[in-house]
Amino acid sequence: MSGRMLVATRKGLIQLVRNNGGWTIARTSFPGVAVTAALPDARDGTLYAALKHGHFGCKMHRSDDDGKSFKELPAPAFPADAADAPTLFQIWTLEAGGGPDELWIGALPAGLFRSTDRGESWQLARSLWDVPERAKWFGGGYDMAGIHSVSADPHDARRVSIAISCGGVWDTHDSGQTWTVLGKGLIAGYMPPEQAGVPEVQDPHRVARCAAAPEVMWMQHHSGMFRSLDAGANWTTLKPPGDDFGFAVAAHPQDPLTAWFVPAIKDELRVPRDGALAVTRTRDGGKTWESLRDGLPQRDAYDLIYRHGLDVDDSGRQLAMGSTTGSLWVSEDAGEGWSLVNAHLPPVYAVRFY
Amino acid sequence: MAQLHFTSWLREVVPNGPLTAGGDTVGAALDGVFLELPHVRSYLLDERGQLRKHVCIFADGKRLPREQTLSHAIRPDSKLYVMQALSGG
Repeated sequence: MSGRMLVATRKGLIQLVRNNGGWTIARTSFPGVAVTAALPDARDGTLYAALKHGHFGCKMHRSDDDGKSFKELPAPAFPADAADAPTLFQIWTLEAGGGPDELWIGALPAGLFRSTDRGESWQLARSLWDVPERAKWFGGGYDMAGIHSVSADPHDARRVSIAISCGGVWDTHDSGQTWTVLGKGLIAGYMPPEQAGVPEVQDPHRVARCAAAPEVMWMQHHSGMFRSLDAGANWTTLKPPGDDFGFAVAAHPQDPLTAWFVPAIKDELRVPRDGALAVTRTRDGGKTWESLRDGLPQRDAYDLIYRHGLDVDDSGRQLAMGSTTGSLWVSEDAGEGWSLVNAHLPPVYAVRFY
Repeated sequence: MAQLHFTSWLREVVPNGPLTAGGDTVGAALDGVFLELPHVRSYLLDERGQLRKHVCIFADGKRLPREQTLSHAIRPDSKLYVMQALSGG
């Protein structure tokens, strides 16, 4: 099981290590600064952190010594001649690509940026920014649409899938030269009925794919939970017995039938039902569900788990979950039981094992 | 040479302030700073070269309207304060 964890928070990047079965904070970098995304790059051990200074803009940093020191890198920028020429509001997700030294950034506004040199330079995927369907995209939780999920197909580095709130699911088979909107079967309950199925207005809150079977994808959508068996082309609605609203989803890295979600009551009330936090798990592709609560607060809890606030490690047994109210839990038995690591962190944006 | 004082928020990127810079406007003085310290630029100006929304600059005791900040005329003995706008956090 992984022995280290990055936690990106409203007030810094926190590194934790596992000692004698427990997790302790080893280091905090960028204290006081919002860290909106972080990536421990398994290929070479590099750590990347995306910062959002409240006053001074978004910055990228890289560490080659496991967080002891960071070097500031150029931040991605929309070219002046890009349509609408926006400025960067936030780096929302940061992912390793399939190519050597390749990285992807999903941003708000919904620009996709690619680096092929470990973040020394960034290029906007113009072909995506220029799709005519972008006129239909709109903000979900922010004033503008944004890209929060980017995953390269582990079997084919040129094939990359992304998800946009609110702009649907898109994929490329040529490293971002051309794009196709996917998402048949997704239903947007916030649209007029005749437009509920339009692919480019969907609000996938988060998409996670099974590493061993990358054509299997799981989605927490604004209007429910979905699963795809063909890399996002077609989606089936999942019907857990409890709430189906939420933001986070984690896919088991080996078992395409297993995934975890963390439900809240509904769009208008984004807190756990009855103040009792639960993780919803299926181990049979969504036929049956379990509500896992052991070790999680069962009264007076207002914890919401953001899109990137739930992670599972390569073993498929160890999970971590960080909340908007600054609690962090770890499970070592695939979610059956949870241990509180810290209840006093800043609001958690992302957790990642490494 | 105008004198430029920077908010403590920027101590890590401008560790040796206050600085001095020439120029007839706030923008020209900042350009002088960026020439010496290129990494400071992205902290004060956005990708379009505009003053960031949550940065405010005072010149000789007067808070400058954001849209007119960079073109605001200054004297060789002007004193500038580059501050974080409280609207930003």
